[in-house]
Amino acid sequence: MSIWVNAQTRVLVQGITGREGQFHTRQCVAYGTRVVAGVTPGKGGQTMDDIPVFNTVEDAVRATGADCSMIFVPPPFAADAILEAMDAGVRVIVTITEGIPVMDMLKVKNALKHSTSRLIGPNCPGIITPGQCKVGIMPGPIHKPGPVGVVSRSGTLTYEVVHQLTLQGIGQSTCVGIGGDPVNGTNFIDCLQAFQDDPETKAVVMVGEIGGAAEEEAADFIARNMTKPVVGFIAGLTAPPGRRMGHAGAIISGSSGTAQGKIQAMKQAGITVVENLGDLGSVCKEAFASVL
Amino acid sequence: MKIHEYQAKELFQKYGVPIPRGRVAFTVEEAQGAARELGTMPVVIKAQIHAGGRGKGGGVKLAKTPEEVASVAGSILGMTLVTHQTGPEGRLVRKVLVEEGLEIEKELYLSLLPDRSTAKIVFMASEAGGMDIEEVAAKSPEKIVKVYVDPLVGLQPFMARKLAYGLNLEPDIVKLFLPMVHALYRLCLDYDASLVEINPLVITKDRRLLALDAKMNFDDNALFRHKDVLAYRDLDEEDPLEVEASKYNLNYIKMDGNIGNMVNGAGLAMATMDIIKLAGAEPANFLDVGGGASAEMVENGFRIILSDPNVKGVLINIFGGILRCDVLAQGVVEASRKVGVKVPVVIRMEGTNVEQGRKILQESGLNLIVAQDLKDAAQKVAAIARA
Repeated sequence: MSIWVNAQTRVLVQGITGREGQFHTRQCVAYGTRVVAGVTPGKGGQTMDDIPVFNTVEDAVRATGADCSMIFVPPPFAADAILEAMDAGVRVIVTITEGIPVMDMLKVKNALKHSTSRLIGPNCPGIITPGQCKVGIMPGPIHKPGPVGVVSRSGTLTYEVVHQLTLQGIGQSTCVGIGGDPVNGTNFIDCLQAFQDDPETKAVVMVGEIGGAAEEEAADFIARNMTKPVVGFIAGLTAPPGRRMGHAGAIISGSSGTAQGKIQAMKQAGITVVENLGDLGSVCKEAFASVL
Repeated sequence: MKIHEYQAKELFQKYGVPIPRGRVAFTVEEAQGAARELGTMPVVIKAQIHAGGRGKGGGVKLAKTPEEVASVAGSILGMTLVTHQTGPEGRLVRKVLVEEGLEIEKELYLSLLPDRSTAKIVFMASEAGGMDIEEVAAKSPEKIVKVYVDPLVGLQPFMARKLAYGLNLEPDIVKLFLPMVHALYRLCLDYDASLVEINPLVITKDRRLLALDAKMNFDDNALFRHKDVLAYRDLDEEDPLEVEASKYNLNYIKMDGNIGNMVNGAGLAMATMDIIKLAGAEPANFLDVGGGASAEMVENGFRIILSDPNVKGVLINIFGGILRCDVLAQGVVEASRKVGVKVPVVIRMEGTNVEQGRKILQESGLNLIVAQDLKDAAQKVAAIARA
């Protein structure tokens, strides 16, 4: 099993005819993802590698039964694209786009409350259930099917973590990148709950970074609700306060959002915290020994 | 992006938020002219830099006579102002704001910003104006009134009233305060502000309500739709290396250590800095060349890292997913030759075609040290830092 995407997931790509959209659609198809439709306004009726392109998400869903969308639309138009997918009732909306204004995301986030869609991202690598379905820009070959769920705010840092797990022979059930923006659709707790409920996920790796209080809230959730072992890592011990460390959400403001505070909260919640990223694979091997 | 107080006050004025009369001055003569124009004494002369704590650092002073205007403006213009936000090196003051002096009865605090955890716009108000709000929040959180606004619903009159009565304002001031709250809400949304802060918001003895200070920060991701805000950018307030990096779409932040580093992806870049520190060295910078990272970006990244004279060694950590390691290695070799790298460079790369990539680095004849994994890389740069 897995969470949210699997071999049956029917994917549509918003922004399929753009450079990024084309490239990553091909990578996903090569991995085995069922990409059934593309959407680019004004290019309805065309095809991209035999994938039919539609003018609207609604048309694409009606014609192909797509239930998951991957969005590559540029930042000024991305919130509109997310809202369009929500309007069409798409079950899982994966937004790769980086640089969406916060005010746009505030609207999207509040609109989500009145919708049944799940938004993953924005500014994220996407979601992958190894061996079944890749909806995102992560390199497929570093993954391996298995029992460990991975949730992370970062992109290449997630690849590093997954790579180390795979090298230790530890496969993954599903890996979710929730994105580096201050306002995102799916948070740590959503993923942790889903991993807790997924019978085939036996353990979880949670990768956080400085900024906000999402890791602290997740730690509290884990202490109260999770029976599966969790290994955690936080990036940004050396980050100076008041500076945006690449991600819009990775910023220490005043005394809140520091790595030290997050690590402390995670340790108190019984999470095994990895201090040195280089040790992550071996620490997981040990911490998960009883459940794997 | 940050702007100056006088620029924020221009935007306040545009939205009908009352501010003291005043003008910005770049020279002592201009300051004297501004004071004459105001026609009243005393005047307040305020250093304009992108940092808080200016008053405590000696950057805000009163002048009671035209002579004092000249001497005070003269002492502030050109001074290196050190505050708790500038770091020990301080910031050179190149302009001052000259404002009418006011007789103040009470100082309040008012701010609004997008709140990441609730996805709403939050207003924060306090009777403890003029103080550091973080300190108030830590010591006496009951003194802060918070109101959350759902952007889909918008600011409602009752919300503004909640703030007004929470601040214990008297009826005449409430009348002035309510439209101000609505104006600030519009300003925040219209301009994609990441912070609008008035500290202090003052009630004067003649019963006026004015923004004595004004601070506005903006969402960098939204600047594409605010050309007028972009025009406010002051490059003098930014680190020259960071300005240079931003031209090449590189995300660079200068730090105090001596191990330069270049990484693809922000999270991995932070983790790499942490690893340098854990190995006993100090990172000289944060540099994210982006999830993709092309040979050209590596070259520009090299140039920027090496223009920091403190750098004794460089660690490159690239997780090549879709980018192939052999292509990347070729880029690093060419960039090293072109830039003329004189310090040792440790390279850790992972991903597709990693063996071919390592071979290209080893056979380049350059001072490129190949690391097998992250821990190995950290130990190798720590050895360089110690040497």
